[in-house]
Amino acid sequence: MKEASGRSALPMGDGCLRGASVSLSDLERSYGGVAAVAGVSLDIQSGEFLTLLGPSGSGKTTTLMMIAGFQAPSKGDIAIDGVSVVDTPPYRRNIGMVFQNYALFPHLTVAENIAFPLKQRRVPKVERARLVAEALELMHLPGYGGRYPRQLSGGQQQRVAVARALVFKPRLLLMDEPLGALDKQLRENLQLEMRRLHAELGITFIYVTHDQEEALTMSDRIVVMNDGKVAQVGRPEDLYDRPCNRFVASFIGESNFLPAVVRGLENDMVVAECGGVLLRAATSQRLAIGAEITLATRPERLRFAEQLAESDAINRIAVTVTESVFAGERCRYLLKTENGAAMVLKEVSSATVRRRDVGDRVEIAWSVADTIIV
Amino acid sequence: MSDSSMTPSMRILGGRREWSRWRRDIPWLTPLLLAAPLLLYMAVFYAIPVVSMLLRSLNDPKWSLDHYAALPSDVVFLKVLWITLSTSFIVTLATLMLAYPVALALSRARSTAPLILIVVLLPFWTSVLVRTYAWMVLLGRHGMINEALMALGIIEQPLRLLNTTLATEIAMVHILLPYMILPIANALRQIDPSLALASSGLGATPWGTFRQVTFPLSMPGVAAGMLLVFVLALGFYITPAMVGGSRDITLSMLIAQEVDQLHWGYAATLSTLLLAVALGLVAIAQLLPGVGNTFRTSK
Repeated sequence: MKEASGRSALPMGDGCLRGASVSLSDLERSYGGVAAVAGVSLDIQSGEFLTLLGPSGSGKTTTLMMIAGFQAPSKGDIAIDGVSVVDTPPYRRNIGMVFQNYALFPHLTVAENIAFPLKQRRVPKVERARLVAEALELMHLPGYGGRYPRQLSGGQQQRVAVARALVFKPRLLLMDEPLGALDKQLRENLQLEMRRLHAELGITFIYVTHDQEEALTMSDRIVVMNDGKVAQVGRPEDLYDRPCNRFVASFIGESNFLPAVVRGLENDMVVAECGGVLLRAATSQRLAIGAEITLATRPERLRFAEQLAESDAINRIAVTVTESVFAGERCRYLLKTENGAAMVLKEVSSATVRRRDVGDRVEIAWSVADTIIV
Repeated sequence: MSDSSMTPSMRILGGRREWSRWRRDIPWLTPLLLAAPLLLYMAVFYAIPVVSMLLRSLNDPKWSLDHYAALPSDVVFLKVLWITLSTSFIVTLATLMLAYPVALALSRARSTAPLILIVVLLPFWTSVLVRTYAWMVLLGRHGMINEALMALGIIEQPLRLLNTTLATEIAMVHILLPYMILPIANALRQIDPSLALASSGLGATPWGTFRQVTFPLSMPGVAAGMLLVFVLALGFYITPAMVGGSRDITLSMLIAQEVDQLHWGYAATLSTLLLAVALGLVAIAQLLPGVGNTFRTSK
């Protein structure tokens, strides 16, 4: 609670500050007949850290730009706290925004940049100076107020951009790949800092990224987007453990895909045949006997079979090692099944674990619970 | 190996080797040679005449500073200098006012940009003389403007438009517009478009964004355009001579008059002064914040 008691001194310190809820209904945006966003419906809870994740061209940035008000939807509605904002210009939406390239005003000092939103809101000068000083403090930049953006490093510019987006106490903060231009080390530090800020401020964060690891680390919920549509929404662990389709399974983390044919159903379990081998997977779907399905598994959930006892809860398949790569903490094996499907297995490296050689014929196994139908 | 024993092809190869050694040892040799024809041209047809003109102001008819010493008490000169400077100043301001919105439109236009550019550059492709005659046709006592105003019943007697200071200013603004529009449009185009979005997102109205972000960031273009237009306006001759009033004599007209009367020393003195004012302005502009490196983008 040390953090919380110190909050009163911070610029966003009103106790009553609560994140805005955002609701998108059937949102569409097309450019010259081509849909960038094609019917997105989402309910974002107050105080949530929500990430829009997707490859470039998936419509995630366009969705964010429509929430900010920089682009008008071709169809559909955006409501903030239940009130439609489609006809509200961006300067009246009161939303904090951090841009990919930070968009700091090059002709203004750091302090003037941070004071900019306060000046637009006619905050008196003395109050402005106090809030700017507090925002600099919050972002660990005291003493930098008099510098120009070009005199700062990328990480410092990013902090100034965040300070500027938060200083006027918005209840919603939008971030468009804010860490994209930074190196890995700095990115990881700032990811933690974003989480800390989110926890301290309690406002709603909507974050756009194409980096699945960043999305998994930071978000309460992730919206995976593809081709202008929502592919799946869920908590990071849900998306990783239960991807609902092949796109999500391959975009978040790595997956092995095995084509199979449904041979039998027992309770919530489906038994499918893949190249003469019977594999099991849990499902709530009603699948017909003979239906063609794809089974997916994560490479780090596969084991070499001699490590596991025979059981109904385990799938086994015979493979040949085609490539063996040592990558520090893990060994990575490329495998080939009898019917030619390529698989990847990741094993934690250790002096006690025997390295497999290329050409070894082995049996691998994984838990039925880790088998997903996509 | 003696020189006489070399075959011609060996001599060429040896020459090539020597040439590449020179290029390595003297890095500025290639740029110098590339620029040499122009440098030579400029020396013969520009530098030498300018220097001899400067000398005329000092040594005609004998070596002295008499021509310069006489200027502060020369009433005609002072009046002409004042007319030249004030006309240039008014023309520069009027050009800025008319050019900025066009530059803004040009920098924001996508599909219509080439069209706007053609319209902007059209004056460039017509000679100053032709354009000045066109203004005479428009502004004359029985010109199109007077005829139109009388036909509409706004005026009863034709207005005196031609051969006034106003006529000079109108024609000069028209001729100088592209020199203002292009640098400003260029500066505007270089502004990162996300800055305007950021400003809007942070609560600035469209006018607030223009006043606090777009306009300040376009200052290098504004300064460059104003400098260019002012300096060019200082040396205008044909336009004020043809459409201006009989009492509106500019420095270049005075210079021409003096040359006609073979007062070489006095004409040279005036020319030197005109050059000095222009160079002085360029020097001052270089020192201004905003024209230098103050407004680099943060990237």
